[in-house]
Amino acid sequence: MNSEPLVRWDWIGAHLGPILDRVGQHLYLAVIAVSIGFAISFGLAALSIRRRRLYPFVTLLATAVYTIPSFAMFAALVVVSGLSIFTAEIPLVVYTFILFVPNIVAGFDAVPQDVLDAADGMGYTSAQRWWQVELPLSVPLVVAGLRLATVSTIGLVTVSAILGDRFGGLGYYILDGYHRHFPTEILVGGLLSIGLAVLADLGFVLLRRLLTPWAAARAAAR
Amino acid sequence: MAATSGNSGAASLEFRAVTKRYDPGTASPGAVNDLSFEVPAGAICVLVGPSGCGKTTSLKMVNRLIEPTGGEILLDGVNVQTENVTALRRRIGYVIQQVGLFPHLTVGWNVAVVPGLEGWSKPRQLARIEELLALVGLDPERYTDRYPSQLSGGERQRVGVARALAADPPLMLMDEPFAAVDPIVRSRLQDEFLRLQRVLAKTILFVTHDVDEAIKMGDLIAVMEEGGHLAQFGPPDEILAHPASDFVARFVGVDRGLKRLSLRTVGDVQVGPIGRSSGLPILPPETSLRDALAILLVADTRGGIAMDEAGQPRGLVTVDAIASALGDELPARAGA
Repeated sequence: MNSEPLVRWDWIGAHLGPILDRVGQHLYLAVIAVSIGFAISFGLAALSIRRRRLYPFVTLLATAVYTIPSFAMFAALVVVSGLSIFTAEIPLVVYTFILFVPNIVAGFDAVPQDVLDAADGMGYTSAQRWWQVELPLSVPLVVAGLRLATVSTIGLVTVSAILGDRFGGLGYYILDGYHRHFPTEILVGGLLSIGLAVLADLGFVLLRRLLTPWAAARAAAR
Repeated sequence: MAATSGNSGAASLEFRAVTKRYDPGTASPGAVNDLSFEVPAGAICVLVGPSGCGKTTSLKMVNRLIEPTGGEILLDGVNVQTENVTALRRRIGYVIQQVGLFPHLTVGWNVAVVPGLEGWSKPRQLARIEELLALVGLDPERYTDRYPSQLSGGERQRVGVARALAADPPLMLMDEPFAAVDPIVRSRLQDEFLRLQRVLAKTILFVTHDVDEAIKMGDLIAVMEEGGHLAQFGPPDEILAHPASDFVARFVGVDRGLKRLSLRTVGDVQVGPIGRSSGLPILPPETSLRDALAILLVADTRGGIAMDEAGQPRGLVTVDAIASALGDELPARAGA
């Protein structure tokens, strides 16, 4: 064991293809989860905005789901949906709710009332007001939710490795390295998964800058 | 100042027994009771009164942000309730106290909001932006691409006025438009707006709680009192000279005589022979009689020298002459 180095570059060199495949799988699992999670959360947020009384219940539910350990949820779902993609994606999706819903609701709450009054008074239809005023002005907080949910999901994808080597993305290497007492694999899986999360986060920061040039102008004016 | 694109002119506005009840049986703030008055095309009508008197409610019933429970509002003789609400709002300019500029749009695109909704071509929108910014005194080159967060309060309010004028509406609704800026800026915005209005001649319904602003801006003033009743309707000088009730007299203030002086200028007053003129203050013709009186009292002289438009001495103005000017009725400004 003592002879085993922390990183065996020759192993990495010999496995570049499979490593890249795992990165692809990792992104695939994360993108599906974040997209579906975002769509459902948007619906939940819209419902919460229209019917304020429901908002505490939506939050409570999302929080309750979030308290379930991911390991336990993956394991429990095997009983229901076997070793299918659903078993991998359902936990990833439901964990995003508590990260998305409050940010989306806050994003729409942050649209100033005088701006809405002016929009109504100038003859926006309610659909035009939503698309052209409310949605663009909610972007900063909605993107904040996307950053949180994406980073969290990229981390959680690794846990789905317990469902077998068809899942887990880079988590496969972490689990495999653990079983084989092979630190190179653990490092490759862990560091690349951190790298993906950081890159995705930077991507969203860039996206927000592109979508909200007015926010940068405001910061410069202060 | 040239308004090059076609001016759609102004519309007449009439309130006929307009009523808004919120909670049947109780007097709630913002309610309006049997409100009737007529504003001729091209006049500024100011709704003034204490808070909760229903003036903002009345304004918002015109563009149907609030629907009346009774009566009707006629725009050029047509009941606004029979019109498509979106189309109606797009042909009525709307300016509010907090301005409500869209923070995510540049100044230029804020101005072009209604033209954009109405599907104008882009070149036509750009031309309109340039024209309107120049009209409200903002250099288009410097301001078009700025965001609202980069403007001062006064600049924002000018953009708000330009935005409301964009589709050349025959009627403008202005809800305390100058209340959020400091007194010096407010006074300048008021003066500029009155100068603009002499060119545009829009019909304007203007809400304020400030009597002085009402007197300054209004061709006609509707004084409203609690419960949404119309206490008095008429030109400013008439309301100041002959308040219809104790409420109106109290509301316009014990200094209503002085306020009437502010409606008159040195150019309106009878003058006497000047005699020995050394040391007497010089009074240009556009000086209000209120200011002239203040100048004479401070200078402690028998009078001041009234100048004419050409800058030549016209004659001597005395404190007595200023006082007697209050006996004259003012020519109506409405619909000028």
